[in-house]
Amino acid sequence: MAITQLLEALVDLYPEARLLRRPAQLLPFASDGLTAFRVKPAAVVLPEDQQEVIDTVRLCHQYQVPFVARGSGTSLSGGSLPIEGGLVIALNRLNRVLDFDPDARVMVVEPGVINHQVSRTAAPHGLHYAPDPSSGPVCTIGGNLAFNSGGAHCLKHGMTANHVLGLKVVLPDGEVVTLGSDSLEAVGPDLVGMFIGSEGLFGIALEATLRLLPKVESTCTLLAAYHSLAAAGQAVAAVIAAGLLPGALEIMDRLAMDAAEAAVAAGYPVEAQGLLIVELEGTHQEVMAEFPRLRRAIDTSGAYQVRVAENEEERARIWKGRKGAFSAVGRLSPDYLVQDGVVPRSRLGEALAEIKKLSERYRLGIANVFHAGDGNLHPLILFDGRRPGELEKAEELAGEILRLCIRLGGSITGEHGVGVEKRAYLPEQYGQADLDFMMRLRRAVDPRHIANRGKMLPLPQEQVSPAAPSQPPEPATALPGE
Amino acid sequence: MEAALARADAIREVVISKARLRPTAGGSKPALSGWGNLVLDDLSGVLEYRPEEFTITVLAGTPVAEVTALLAENGQYLPCDPPLAAAGATLGGTVASGLSGPGRYRYGGVRDFLLGVRLVTGGGELVTGGGKVVKNAAGFDIPKLMVGSLGRLGVLLELTFKVFPRPERLATLHLELASFQEANAVMQSLAGSSLDLACLDLTPPTDLWLRLGGLADALPQRLARLEEEVGRASSSTVGFSVLEGDADAVSWRQAREFDWVPEGHSLVKLPLNPARLTRLERKLEALETSLEHVQRIPRRYSVAGNVAWLAWPEALSEKALRSLLADLGLTGLAITGRWSHPQLGRPAGEAFLTRLLSVFDPEGKLSLGGQDAA
Repeated sequence: MAITQLLEALVDLYPEARLLRRPAQLLPFASDGLTAFRVKPAAVVLPEDQQEVIDTVRLCHQYQVPFVARGSGTSLSGGSLPIEGGLVIALNRLNRVLDFDPDARVMVVEPGVINHQVSRTAAPHGLHYAPDPSSGPVCTIGGNLAFNSGGAHCLKHGMTANHVLGLKVVLPDGEVVTLGSDSLEAVGPDLVGMFIGSEGLFGIALEATLRLLPKVESTCTLLAAYHSLAAAGQAVAAVIAAGLLPGALEIMDRLAMDAAEAAVAAGYPVEAQGLLIVELEGTHQEVMAEFPRLRRAIDTSGAYQVRVAENEEERARIWKGRKGAFSAVGRLSPDYLVQDGVVPRSRLGEALAEIKKLSERYRLGIANVFHAGDGNLHPLILFDGRRPGELEKAEELAGEILRLCIRLGGSITGEHGVGVEKRAYLPEQYGQADLDFMMRLRRAVDPRHIANRGKMLPLPQEQVSPAAPSQPPEPATALPGE
Repeated sequence: MEAALARADAIREVVISKARLRPTAGGSKPALSGWGNLVLDDLSGVLEYRPEEFTITVLAGTPVAEVTALLAENGQYLPCDPPLAAAGATLGGTVASGLSGPGRYRYGGVRDFLLGVRLVTGGGELVTGGGKVVKNAAGFDIPKLMVGSLGRLGVLLELTFKVFPRPERLATLHLELASFQEANAVMQSLAGSSLDLACLDLTPPTDLWLRLGGLADALPQRLARLEEEVGRASSSTVGFSVLEGDADAVSWRQAREFDWVPEGHSLVKLPLNPARLTRLERKLEALETSLEHVQRIPRRYSVAGNVAWLAWPEALSEKALRSLLADLGLTGLAITGRWSHPQLGRPAGEAFLTRLLSVFDPEGKLSLGGQDAA
């Protein structure tokens, strides 16, 4: 057995404490942010330096054993879900800041560094790292790279790929390559951009050169309450039509507000059916000049209550509710699925109305929290996994939402990635020919299909029928051997 | 739509029938498209423009100037600031060469604003990558791979860009400092500040160009503040002027169009990290003084020192530039002039690229070569 041989070889590479094989040790790695799915890996290794990662990948290639690189396991699409009989390479101990040049505004980090740590390290020099996924306090840069993570500030500042200048990666056969450089500009195809968001299929990032921005001097956070979700959606169009480019434009519906309220007492208006959060950012003078324009757009948008954060504390409270909304939904329902499809901004209203109808038809609650500025929806489908058939029903509903996004000219994922959960829908977005092309690219980089096998793309032998619902790798039941 | 499909088919046939292929359209970057044998200048037109979505989809041969004008009518612009528009640059050429102008300082370059592509690969396949919405994480990011690809991966047909609201008003502070060292120090100090500049360029030895853009109401105050900040960062400002309106626009147009590159010189782009700027400048100074007849190598450091644009004298050899770059660990891209190969030095990641090329261009039809290679 290949796995037996691999494990024998790994014993030479890792001390016992860093090669986990007992069921109880493997349990914490069996699932990630997509908690409905669980798969038991054959083993987990905890490398402490880059060479150990490289050696491990080479062994996996030699013995043809699939591997998954994992950071904090916050993927909402099952991106770091283990592969049955495969290896998990947990990168949390590769958490060093290798270089920080505040004058050149770049930082070189290992993949296990936590997202927020980058900004914390940069802060004394008046700098910050722009990508701010809601999981920022725990998620790692390695995962951010693999899934091109976004956050609330993408419309203006872009996603992870827009803030990475260079990478050192180990390809799935163990070859180590450097991509990009330490400059904002480049010569030759943008290989850094191609690697980022490849969901681990092109190998493992060992180092990333991140671009840092001067910290924002001034922000103005406004909260507007509406009697309907549609009215909040229309207000977004009004803000855009006013020629403004806010740092963030977010919407929450009643259910999401209830959850946030219960969790962190964010102080959101109690009557609101739709809540709009707009954040202007820039120099003090620019924000002061933009504010009256924003106010005019909001005042004519039918908001029944408008509040402006008077100080940093109030602003933090508004964002705490918004960023904590996902985990807060856990208070409303034993289980939930998060989708993150994108629609053209002008069709947000239509998309939300459709989602409401779907929620009624499936008799499952849906809380909506979304990045309205870039049309990135985040419907949270509430269900109870203990009730027979309810997970399947929730998945079917999720699938209908994905199809809706495709139909409206958008994308099945804005920032969470395809992972295991949206695999069946990728061919609907791109068509079979484009999917085949992506599969050939993958094969050219990873001929043995060992790097994060089963994520994003179908397995070579799988027949993907666009009509078939996504097949979970394993039912969400107890692990064998637990 | 049907016309576009027919056009794609026609291009596929050409790709399949030719042994070697190099697309060309506007001809504004002759070092890259020189022997081009697939002329795409009639692959031009705006397919879809939705100002409220901040997106525009165009055929690859569409002139930059045409798109810029259309966006301006709607109060929008391409923040990556494509260069050489007056020389006829197209958006396809802009993407393939990976060139951005000085305005890319504020929000990012062409890689940061390209959302979707359709292309015909060297194998004759029609491939779609990315999408038409401002955010999309589904599938491999093929659009980004096209940026700087120099036609090696395929023939670009359609491109979708993200666009932004255009600054209502712009103004530039032009400074002359006592020395290069001082100019560079002021530039880096401003780059690390929260002043939110639109452009930040240095023309050596001593001139700094600081551009601000935004709402008209706030601009006078922001300008005053920038002047204060400069005063704090430097004690030796020799010259000082504010450019507004046409004067502002003209100075940046000249930068973007490379009007400053004299006859008998070739334009070369050098990506740079600000930390390496001084070493490059010293090397170039030394080279200038070593030349028998006094000859200048005109240059401009743009994007706060993230890129150097050189006007390389034809009288100096290609080899001399290659060895200078090798010494500094830099790579370069020739834009105009005659070169044995437009890529100067080896960019990182060739091993990864080779694997991708085996799918995009299995027969090597699109491989790069000098003008004599056709």
